[in-house]
Amino acid sequence: MADALPRAPVLLRPSRRRINFALLSMLLPGAVALLLFSYVPMAGIIIAFKDINYAKGILGSPWIGFKNFEFFIKTPDAWLITRNAILYNGAFIVLGTVVAVGVAVLLDGLRTKKTSRFYQGIMFLPYFFSWIVISTLAFSFLSTDLGFFNKVLFPALGIATVNWYIEPVYWPFIIVFTNLWKYTGYGSVVYLAAIAGIDQNCFEAAALDGASRWQTVRHVMIPLISYLIIIQVMLQIGRLFYSDFGLFYQVPMNMGPLFKATNVIDTYVYRTLVNVGDIGMSAAAGLYQSAVGFVLVLASNLVVRRIDPEKSLF
Amino acid sequence: MERMTLTRKLMKFGSTGQIVTHLLFIFIVMLCLYPLALVIGISFTDETSLAIHGFKLVPLKTSLNAYTFVLKESDAILRAYGVTLLVTVMGTLSSTLVIALYAYALSRKDFRGRKFFSFIAFFTLLFSGGLVPWYVLCVNVLHLRNNVWALFLPYLMNAWYVLIMRTFYKTNVPDSIIESAKMDGAGEYTIFFRIVVHLAKPGLATIALFNTIVFWNDWWLPLMLVNDPQWFNLQFLMYRVQSNIQYLSSMAGNIQGVSADILKRLPSRSAQMAMCILSIGPIVMAYPFFQKYFVKGITIGSLKE
Repeated sequence: MADALPRAPVLLRPSRRRINFALLSMLLPGAVALLLFSYVPMAGIIIAFKDINYAKGILGSPWIGFKNFEFFIKTPDAWLITRNAILYNGAFIVLGTVVAVGVAVLLDGLRTKKTSRFYQGIMFLPYFFSWIVISTLAFSFLSTDLGFFNKVLFPALGIATVNWYIEPVYWPFIIVFTNLWKYTGYGSVVYLAAIAGIDQNCFEAAALDGASRWQTVRHVMIPLISYLIIIQVMLQIGRLFYSDFGLFYQVPMNMGPLFKATNVIDTYVYRTLVNVGDIGMSAAAGLYQSAVGFVLVLASNLVVRRIDPEKSLF
Repeated sequence: MERMTLTRKLMKFGSTGQIVTHLLFIFIVMLCLYPLALVIGISFTDETSLAIHGFKLVPLKTSLNAYTFVLKESDAILRAYGVTLLVTVMGTLSSTLVIALYAYALSRKDFRGRKFFSFIAFFTLLFSGGLVPWYVLCVNVLHLRNNVWALFLPYLMNAWYVLIMRTFYKTNVPDSIIESAKMDGAGEYTIFFRIVVHLAKPGLATIALFNTIVFWNDWWLPLMLVNDPQWFNLQFLMYRVQSNIQYLSSMAGNIQGVSADILKRLPSRSAQMAMCILSIGPIVMAYPFFQKYFVKGITIGSLKE
């Protein structure tokens, strides 16, 4: 689209010497915010290598090398939170992609555009609910003594009641379902736009060859959006160690008995900082997440760049 | 052209496929709306009826007690609504302005330092110092604790929005217009506020809406940086009530007489649901009008340059 615009006249070409102070001043507030809230904390990762003593301050506290990391790795939580983060994100990536692409393909196959827009609009709605709201919605179903499941649906079906907030076995399903519930509408928008952007001649050619709708989907539509699917998946793989704090903290209502199924790196870092007060180990776990996350995002970006340089982050 | 749309039509599902797909989507739509309807139902149900029959979609005994309690008898909730409104307005305006200006400078091909400033914005998407240094900085150095600044300053910049906005300027603001304005002797700020802003209105609206939702829905900043009830916003108050009722009901198990009595007088569960409805009410009502901007924003965001 940018090519359609008139080319920049000579005056707009990068001038070698002159700094445009007016434009620089426009950048300034944003640059200061980035410096304060992103770059200063990056320097603050030294906390992970120190034995923080409040009287001496961060800079005055003694260096202890990788001690905090050693302590962290030795806790049983280290393996658990890593495993949980990877498994949950894996499930989100696989199911989320399949469902989002499926929804997009099905919506595109509808004859009436208005109803397809309506469905899309409703599915998109949960995206705008905060995790606090969603945890209230979940509670209305899962509440042990009053919930819709235990008090209304299960007695009607003759099923025994379940202590939802005590028994961790159900939570992998609840969490994966909740995540799908919130993000499917959002996820399908991108694919729907990609399908709408496919050159009509491709479909026409398929129709002339006598392809059925499903053959067209399988052999024309999916291959033509596969690059986008791969890119979206790679971007998510780059964030394999990061989790939605609200989903894992608010929806299970921070219930201790569920930690086995709901503790991820983000919630661990938070609880170690706020509840335990172990600033060093919390910082170490946080840096572990950022460092592995950085490697993953670089690696996944490399893959994206090989597929389509335009879509890579850098 | 007509032939093409005809082929396209042929490529839709047949009548059985249409019906099956519609049924599937009707099911999904109900799945999306049912929790919402359930919570609305609970919020209008009498508290004692809830205690006996549980959370039902259709109230057996309707009552407005929850809403009277939430809106009239509790200062805390009205106060929290006020905090949410204040922070949403301040946060959205300032954040949108900061992002719009930053992205504009990046979109200008003749701006020296464009690459450097692009990099420092996008690097924040790749690496972060983590929660602990951020928390120490906010609380101990910047004193962002229990004040209005704590509730929006940390969200002022967002590299994703900068990316979206920069793409928007590049595709919607022709260089030649800036060029001719320059030749007429207009300064950079005049060009930005008089010309660029008007051309980029849909993009700015998208970013402003993204921001509005972020600030309206935020509970993370109060969780980290606020413990004074004076600065609780609506989402955070809901969170506190949620954990508090849990606390109360667990108490009721131990010391039955007293706590059960207290629980009976408060429309606690229905009030919790009423708060939930009041917090999403504005979003749901404004939703039909802003939905298309979001779709646009996401689509731009998934493209690059």
